[in-house]
Amino acid sequence: MMNAGSGPRQPYQTYHEWYETQDRARLIAKSRDAENLFRKTGITFAVYGHADSAEKLIPFDIIPRIISGREWRKLAQGIEQRVIALNAFLDDIYHKQEIIKAGRIPRELIERNEAFLPQMIGFKPPGGVYTHIVGTDIVRTGEDQFYVLEDNARTPSGVSYMLENRETMMQMFPELFHINKVRPVEDYPKLLRQSLASLAPPGCSGKPRVAVLTPGIFNSAYYEHAFLADMMGVELVEGSDLRVVDGRVKMRTTRGYEAIDVLYRRVDDDFLDPLTFRPDSALGIPGIMDVYRAGNITIANAPGTGISDDKAIYSYMPEIVEFYTGRKAMLENVPTWRCSEEDSLKYVLEHLEELVVKEVHGSGGYGMLVGPTATKKERAAFAEKLKSRPGNYIAQPTLSLSTVPILVNKGIAPRHVDLRPYVLVSDKVQIIPGGLTRVALKEGSLVVNSSQGGGTKDTWVLED
Amino acid sequence: MLGRTANGLYWMFRYIERGENIARLIDAGLRMALTRSGSSDEDWDGVLQSAGVREDFDAVHGTLTGADAIDYLLRDRANPSSVMSCIEAARNNARMVRTALTRETWEATNECWIELKNTLAKRVRAADMPEAIGMIKRCTGLIRGAFHGTMLRDDVYNFSRIGTFIEQADNTARILDVKYYVLLPAIAKVGSSLDNMQWESILRSVSAHRSYSWVYDGDYSSANIADYLILNDRMPRSLAYSYDKIVSNLGYLAKAYGEKHAAHETAAATLAALRSRSINDIMDQGLHEFIEEFIVHNNRLGEEVSEGYRFYR
Repeated sequence: MMNAGSGPRQPYQTYHEWYETQDRARLIAKSRDAENLFRKTGITFAVYGHADSAEKLIPFDIIPRIISGREWRKLAQGIEQRVIALNAFLDDIYHKQEIIKAGRIPRELIERNEAFLPQMIGFKPPGGVYTHIVGTDIVRTGEDQFYVLEDNARTPSGVSYMLENRETMMQMFPELFHINKVRPVEDYPKLLRQSLASLAPPGCSGKPRVAVLTPGIFNSAYYEHAFLADMMGVELVEGSDLRVVDGRVKMRTTRGYEAIDVLYRRVDDDFLDPLTFRPDSALGIPGIMDVYRAGNITIANAPGTGISDDKAIYSYMPEIVEFYTGRKAMLENVPTWRCSEEDSLKYVLEHLEELVVKEVHGSGGYGMLVGPTATKKERAAFAEKLKSRPGNYIAQPTLSLSTVPILVNKGIAPRHVDLRPYVLVSDKVQIIPGGLTRVALKEGSLVVNSSQGGGTKDTWVLED
Repeated sequence: MLGRTANGLYWMFRYIERGENIARLIDAGLRMALTRSGSSDEDWDGVLQSAGVREDFDAVHGTLTGADAIDYLLRDRANPSSVMSCIEAARNNARMVRTALTRETWEATNECWIELKNTLAKRVRAADMPEAIGMIKRCTGLIRGAFHGTMLRDDVYNFSRIGTFIEQADNTARILDVKYYVLLPAIAKVGSSLDNMQWESILRSVSAHRSYSWVYDGDYSSANIADYLILNDRMPRSLAYSYDKIVSNLGYLAKAYGEKHAAHETAAATLAALRSRSINDIMDQGLHEFIEEFIVHNNRLGEEVSEGYRFYR
């Protein structure tokens, strides 16, 4: 919030003046109110591997993260460029593979990757769109300095928190929205539905019927699936509701089977079709891939998009962006060492105490090492894992992330954050002004994942 | 609407109804234990039977004590019919059909579950029992209020109502099934204080001990009580009232969907039978046989509804 010199940074000025007039005890009481509100609404998530499998709340911090309109515009341009490149990349590697032929990416990196689906080769999804919804994870290190951490092009989650956080802030502090011009995020569900419907398959006649596919109430993000279906006004379906009838994917309704045109699936590729992928999947729909390839359903995001946000591909993103857009990437990649390469591995092992090491195929902050905060013993143990399967890891330096204020008992304190803006792709690219700000609540921590004690806050993009 | 959603709504409301009914049975049991001089734990035998868990209880507990019976009925998660289990099942179904419910209905259900989990986290002390039972009634009342006040009167509403009334009819029929002998004229020692207490207890189990006096001018007789619970179409937990509601809600579905199923015929036949008979007729033919037959038909109706509207297949 503060400048290096003195006083609040420009976008925080109005907020800061307001904050100075507030009674801290009241704010802390409001924080608790917010928590009760979330619990009452049922905005919870399940933590995998927790003994009691209880539903947890993601802690919410009531101080908004504020981004100036000017800074946002620049960021949005960079995101748009990157998302366009992702789609072009996917189209290319499932068709002509020019980027491989040009020698920019090693063939085996694509073809030996589990996220690459041979079933998608030669197939063009409706409208040519692969990644209908993208959530780009970004960190800021200073004024206009953004790095992309991850491209989340499969099924990015968290957008319900973006919406509920805003809702909660507007309920608790209406006055703040009078004195700050905050760009709205609440039309996201409407835009999502329009965007999905606009990419109906060729086999769709009439008004496209959209549905959200969830693994069910025991999935950690079930709340979000139900929330989005509800806000869009479309059915929330499970695999057991669906079957292929007469070449269409149909859902079992109280009146019989009715066709679906666009399926926003929140089920991983592996589980989508037991006839094509994992035969033991009970979450999917046998035969849906045949319907898909026949042009009778749109699947969002398209199967096989995982290859574009794979951590092994990540380090090639600057090349990928330049290859398809003809311009240098506007957003920076975090410098990345691929441990599969001998020199890199050597460097990583020698500099473990300054690096973050991540599993190539992992997600959610599991199986990673944060060098600077790890103990000597933890580093040594990790080095062994690294040596035995180097191809499984990449390493990145820890960036000096900028911090934002959070409310603690003693007042405000700085914490590290990241940002996930949400992007909708149809015949145009729409970026919702705002996103999900995740915050590492532990002092000094860099891990923002909700499964590892991270929280969230409302994200304001100002009109200026 | 998805068949699975209709199924979820139907069971959500069956479970809410069942949970509330179990709470009412406990309430009636507590009352009886208070009223009887030299109260005994055996009173709870009938309560466990009415709740349909007498055998399951024996499998867990060796001897029957009032405290154990209450705990088993109220909060034992191993008992699928305990109040806690019912409300949890209702809430899980509500989560599953979240998109079909208004925010108000969902929040009332979720809050009911949260409050119950807190209140029933530990064994409830006898002194705190009235408060706990009151809380359960209040919570389920809030769900019902939110539901009636905010839900669109469409098929979502109809499936919820059908679940409510099939469960309600089942509950009332089971209470009669267990206690029918108290209502038999041959055995009843009319006017004895034991009879009065038993009758009072039956009426309490369906929250009808006050209204009964109004309707029958305070005239306590077994035939009147049976009439009230079976045939009176103004008494909201009677079999006749429940079937009147089931038939009208099925009727709305038939109109909206343009098709009828076996369920429509079964429900209409049951309602017609309830309307055409007098209580003396039923008592002459055999109250017990009548109730047993009713329960079988009521179960069949549930199955026909789930088949006709593709709950599972």
